[in-house]
Amino acid sequence: MSGGASGGARPRIGGNKRGMRIGGGLTSALSSVTAILAGLMVGFLILIISNPRQAAVGLGIIAAGGFTGGMKGVGQVLYYATPLILTGLSVGFAFKTGLFNIGAPGQLIVGAFAGIWVATNFTWIPQPVLWPVALTAAMLAGALWGAIPGLFKALLNVHEVIACIMCNYIGMHGVNYLIKNTNTYDSLKNQSIDVAQAAIPKMGLDKIFYTLKGRYVDASSVNGGIIIALVIALLIYTLLNKTVLGYELKACGYNRNASRYAGIKEKRSIFLSLIIAGALAGIGGGLMYLAPVGGLHINVVETLSAQGFNGIPVALLGLSNPIGIIFSGLFVAYISQGGYYLQRLDYMPEIIDIIIAVIIYFSAFALLVRDFIMSAVQRRDAKLLDADREAGER
Amino acid sequence: MLREVTALDRVPESIPEVMPEFVIEMLHITKDFPGIRANDDVTLQLRRGEIHALLGENGAGKSTLMSVLFGLYRPDGGRILKNGKPVNIANPNDATAMGIGMVHQHFKLVHNFTVLENIALGVETTRAGVLRMDKAREQVVALSRQYGLSIDPDARISDVTVGMQQRVEILKMLYRDSEVLIFDEPTAVLTPQEIGELLRIMKNLTAEGKSILFITHKLNEIKQVAERCTVLRKGRCVGTVAVADTSREELSEMMVGRKVELVLTKQRAHPSEEAALRVERLSVRGRHQGKPLVNDVSFTVRRGEIVCVAGIDGNGQRELVYALTGLIAPDSGRVYLGGRDITRASVRERNKAGIAHIPEDRHLHGLVLDYTLAENLILKGYYRHPFQRRGFLRFGPIRWHAERLMRDFDVRAGQGVLTRARSLSGGNQQKAIIAREMGEEPDVLIAVQPTRGLDVGAIEYIHKRLLAARDCGKAVLLISLELDEALNVSDRILVIYEGGIVADLDAEGATAQELGLYMAGSRKKAAV
Repeated sequence: MSGGASGGARPRIGGNKRGMRIGGGLTSALSSVTAILAGLMVGFLILIISNPRQAAVGLGIIAAGGFTGGMKGVGQVLYYATPLILTGLSVGFAFKTGLFNIGAPGQLIVGAFAGIWVATNFTWIPQPVLWPVALTAAMLAGALWGAIPGLFKALLNVHEVIACIMCNYIGMHGVNYLIKNTNTYDSLKNQSIDVAQAAIPKMGLDKIFYTLKGRYVDASSVNGGIIIALVIALLIYTLLNKTVLGYELKACGYNRNASRYAGIKEKRSIFLSLIIAGALAGIGGGLMYLAPVGGLHINVVETLSAQGFNGIPVALLGLSNPIGIIFSGLFVAYISQGGYYLQRLDYMPEIIDIIIAVIIYFSAFALLVRDFIMSAVQRRDAKLLDADREAGER
Repeated sequence: MLREVTALDRVPESIPEVMPEFVIEMLHITKDFPGIRANDDVTLQLRRGEIHALLGENGAGKSTLMSVLFGLYRPDGGRILKNGKPVNIANPNDATAMGIGMVHQHFKLVHNFTVLENIALGVETTRAGVLRMDKAREQVVALSRQYGLSIDPDARISDVTVGMQQRVEILKMLYRDSEVLIFDEPTAVLTPQEIGELLRIMKNLTAEGKSILFITHKLNEIKQVAERCTVLRKGRCVGTVAVADTSREELSEMMVGRKVELVLTKQRAHPSEEAALRVERLSVRGRHQGKPLVNDVSFTVRRGEIVCVAGIDGNGQRELVYALTGLIAPDSGRVYLGGRDITRASVRERNKAGIAHIPEDRHLHGLVLDYTLAENLILKGYYRHPFQRRGFLRFGPIRWHAERLMRDFDVRAGQGVLTRARSLSGGNQQKAIIAREMGEEPDVLIAVQPTRGLDVGAIEYIHKRLLAARDCGKAVLLISLELDEALNVSDRILVIYEGGIVADLDAEGATAQELGLYMAGSRKKAAV
């Protein structure tokens, strides 16, 4: 018999070997980092398989990510992170309210087109106002594209995943059609035209993120969009955690029945959630394509927006927390940029894409597993507490 | 006083031919959790062929002790003997291999599988990798005959009653040749009839040589079937007593540590003439347009009285409550709250008008388990002053509100108002709901099985709260499945049978036998 069983005074047990009392934030960050490392390991395996000699160097380049390109590289990371943060927020926000918004690609592209269309057709609007107007148009179009599955879910109980997937294809093909048939088409490059007039200002970021190549200033594509993205992340954080609306939406996400019981209009909540999620992805599209010359254009191809889909791993990696999503969005952009620099080595572009995809998705999946284990342990903890409510009594 | 029958220092003689007296012995078990000693030097000895009750309040450490026996937790101290020999139970598979089976409080069944498939799950009989259920079927049918467990092997779990689901769980254990059966609060989910049936089954099982550990906090059931009873309080073993020599009062005192009023003393009600809640010819039809689930129900609840709707589960109580609280729309009839017609009002409008609702299922409706206690306590009032200003939550007032309610209603939680609702004990979860609903000072309180699954101490507390609300001039509509509760707490009893009110009785003169007859539908009396 162990010493613990000797009667006498009841000791408070301090030494907690299971260690599940770490602060919530730290645990989350730890699990994300673990997941990323696991993803990198798998990426390394693929590097070894496709080209063993350069694998170690390759891993180094991926890990160095955006820094490989100096300050310009960092700027590119910020530029590519901008839409990812927004689509991550879109998916994460919906997760928090109990919905799976897989429709970010469609919302993003529809928002992007609306932004570009306004930017090219409303040129009479003075330039300082034009980009906010175009961005608002992008937001509204994205919101509309989120509202459709929201309406179906709320009124007809059609699962949002089905409706969102359909809206993705309608959005993609619809935008391709519209670009070709409006004055926004650059038929030479088979893409949308430049929107230099309505481009989001650089807000001084170009003065920071560039690399000098002799006399030549090699500027990055970064613009004020990243600042807007950060502000929106903070706004969403506030909305979720500090407002009555956030309280209602989260309550519906956690327990729909209890929300109904408490008199919260759950249909309205579902509808609103998807509208907000759609608006976020729409802004993401706007920020992505309302870029100065040298930025991205909508290519008329039959592919769903990768930035839209990457919102899902970004949200998972950021644990649906708006602040976490800022970091996970930056991470995914950083790794992608590392992959871009991997071209210097002898790797096929397809292999690079695969590696990046593996790292991103593996990170997210590993996190899911880890999250699952964590919640299992927590549930066990909760059961213990349930079994011993003494916590409050002794 | 209480007679100790345990011999703690008895050394088991291991004579191989003679089976030892005790089939399972848990000696000086200690189990620590962070900050808590859940079991402190607990000793429990189970005799062969006995029903041994394990009694304790919610959180006294009963579940922990059983989890240790079932291999879910490793004890920090003490040892376990099986048939007098020390054993090491590292996981539930070990426990199953040793013939220890557990019927969990929340059944672990696959809902879209049949009864037979569930029983055979994990130990399927196969031939060349192909499932052959014939043998399993024979065995299951034989077992169900032997122990008097009536089941339909081909029914889907989702289609059978809770009582049959439980019999399936029992058969699962028998099918795996368990000789020690642990029942974890098996009666919490059953109707009175099903409880009687279960207790009879348990007796049968012991007659056939099985040994049963019966976890419960219902004294009646212990008195009915158990031979001995081990009482835990706050993780410690208070003692093991022979049930026949110990009164219910003594048992409850051992369990709670103070005297408990098992029968409520109450003053006569002085209801005002004013009807707080009036229901007129209310009917609710099912989705499939069959017989109405609530059939032409009319009654009134006056201020200052507790009216109990008694009945066997599934006779339309749920739909009646949903129609009263606005969760479903009635097909016909009217509901008046203090003269105002609220038949078509939304849930929120009804709440504002003064209806509070303690729901039947605290996890389904009552709480957002992932919200903190403070957040749950404003679930119905978050949109009002002072909890919000211009759309922003005000955490100061929310916190004070929660602290006040926790104090007033004796809600206990490890991390105060910031405790997640999920990690509260069942009793405290229920108290939190009651605090929220009664803290609003409602005119009409609809309490659906407010004491379900709670221990005597908590039940006493909640009943007193209901009486206090009554005496403050509130109207209380109590929906209960338990005869004792109906007779004990309420002033007037309406018996519901197949959706209709079949009797309206004064609680003072009513007897359990009379109520039982009405509840079973074998007697009817025009509702007043």
